[in-house]
Amino acid sequence: MTSYGRAAKLLCFAAFTDALAFCATDAQSVVNPVGPQSGKIAGLWWFFFWLLGAIFLLVMVAALWTLTRPNRGLAQEPLEGTHQVSQETESRATRVVTGASIATVVILFVLIVASVSTGKGLAELPYKKNTLTIEVMGTQWWWNITYQNSDSSLVFTTANEIHIPTGRPVQIRGLSNDVIHSFWVPNLHGKADFIPSRVNTEWIQADKPGVYRGQCAEFCGLQHAHMIIYVIAETPENFRKWYEHQLQPAGQPSDPTTQRGQQVFMNNACVYCHQIRGTDAAGQNGPDLTHFGSRLGIAANTVPNTPGNLGGWIADPQSTKPGNHMATVAVNSADMQPLINYLESLK
Amino acid sequence: MFFRSLSALTIGAGLFLTGCQREKRDIRPSPTRLAVYGDAAKESALRPGGPINPQPVVTNPYNSSGYDISEGQRLFSWYNCNGCHANGGGAIGPPLIKQQWIYGGEPANIFDTIIKGRPNGMPAWGGRIPEYQVWQIVAYVRSMNGQQPTSATPTRPDTIETNPQTLRNRTSGETK
Repeated sequence: MTSYGRAAKLLCFAAFTDALAFCATDAQSVVNPVGPQSGKIAGLWWFFFWLLGAIFLLVMVAALWTLTRPNRGLAQEPLEGTHQVSQETESRATRVVTGASIATVVILFVLIVASVSTGKGLAELPYKKNTLTIEVMGTQWWWNITYQNSDSSLVFTTANEIHIPTGRPVQIRGLSNDVIHSFWVPNLHGKADFIPSRVNTEWIQADKPGVYRGQCAEFCGLQHAHMIIYVIAETPENFRKWYEHQLQPAGQPSDPTTQRGQQVFMNNACVYCHQIRGTDAAGQNGPDLTHFGSRLGIAANTVPNTPGNLGGWIADPQSTKPGNHMATVAVNSADMQPLINYLESLK
Repeated sequence: MFFRSLSALTIGAGLFLTGCQREKRDIRPSPTRLAVYGDAAKESALRPGGPINPQPVVTNPYNSSGYDISEGQRLFSWYNCNGCHANGGGAIGPPLIKQQWIYGGEPANIFDTIIKGRPNGMPAWGGRIPEYQVWQIVAYVRSMNGQQPTSATPTRPDTIETNPQTLRNRTSGETK
């Protein structure tokens, strides 16, 4: 972040602490770019900020000046039956209004040029051959994620969390399963609408490791606000490790409690919707749970992934996230802890 | 004059408010027990030769809300009902848009069919999925025939519907 960026951050914090509090959160912020795409967008944002901020100040100063200056015009031209403006005042007013109109048009054109050239620049970013393609499908109200590869043995599915290597362009292929969703991770790129029955692509790249938060940006129903996605940028070595681990099927439970938990999962309605690779559970309606224990959150990152939250989520999904499509399945209280243990063991 | 117009306005607003009937959306069904065998309907022990005489004993608690019908529609494909029944027209399994039901067409009969399963391939879902979901599927299956209130039934299916007769049945609220 540049020094004037930091100064502006302080400024907007001081001016509108609540309204612009987003300036301060770096994990989901347009003004904290970590890639070439978001860098261009942030540049445009700051250009607009400074130019329009300066115009705003000028207008305010002009308004204050007209309010406080002595009433020159009235003293010179006393009101009679009908007020006749002198030739001199008339031509001066015409000059001022014409000049201001021309200046406004010119400024608007500058903004249009800046905006269009940023869009063009985003579309023309050079991409290397070595790209990674990730298919992201918006679903009410979570994200289904498939890592694509021409070799089908290197394709796997996960949910609500994208891991990407730093410094490598990533192509997001956006789909929707039901209604229009919008994928927006402000630190990486602008919004991309995911529209049913068509594919929209977006290129992202993170140059700095970190966890970047994104959210659905197109109203998509009851739980639109809880449709959260994390993009986790890692060094290429760490990413490789993660990727190879994700390709593996889930491990078999070793101790009796987790074995019992697996039984509970397999004998309940869980299997109609969830897949755990390496077991008989092959449902395709809900998120893939093969490596659930390693994920950050539950219910599209509505709550952090802790055993307590998981228990609450299974026992009554409608209390954590009202209206979501997870079935309320009756699990015996004695079976709950083994089930939680089993799911959390799926690292 | 002021009071007269004020009272006229109040009455008018009151009349408007009567139009504000909002469909109740029960997103937290209760009880959440699993659907179990033999709750809903009793059938005649005598089958061959005689008419099937279903005697429904319960009504569908998720009957008239558009939300429940659309949930039923979602579950119909989630639980792969359309794998055999297609979108109601039947394929491997019998059609669901019809007058003559083999095991009865009342809500309780359809509930029982889903719970108990039927010979020649219909699996038993009893003890597998929550009871409220079975009722939602029942509501959707009946809506295919136009047997649910038209106020709650979507006028258009999400799947592409090519048969105009089916469409007419769904939207007219009457079966032909």
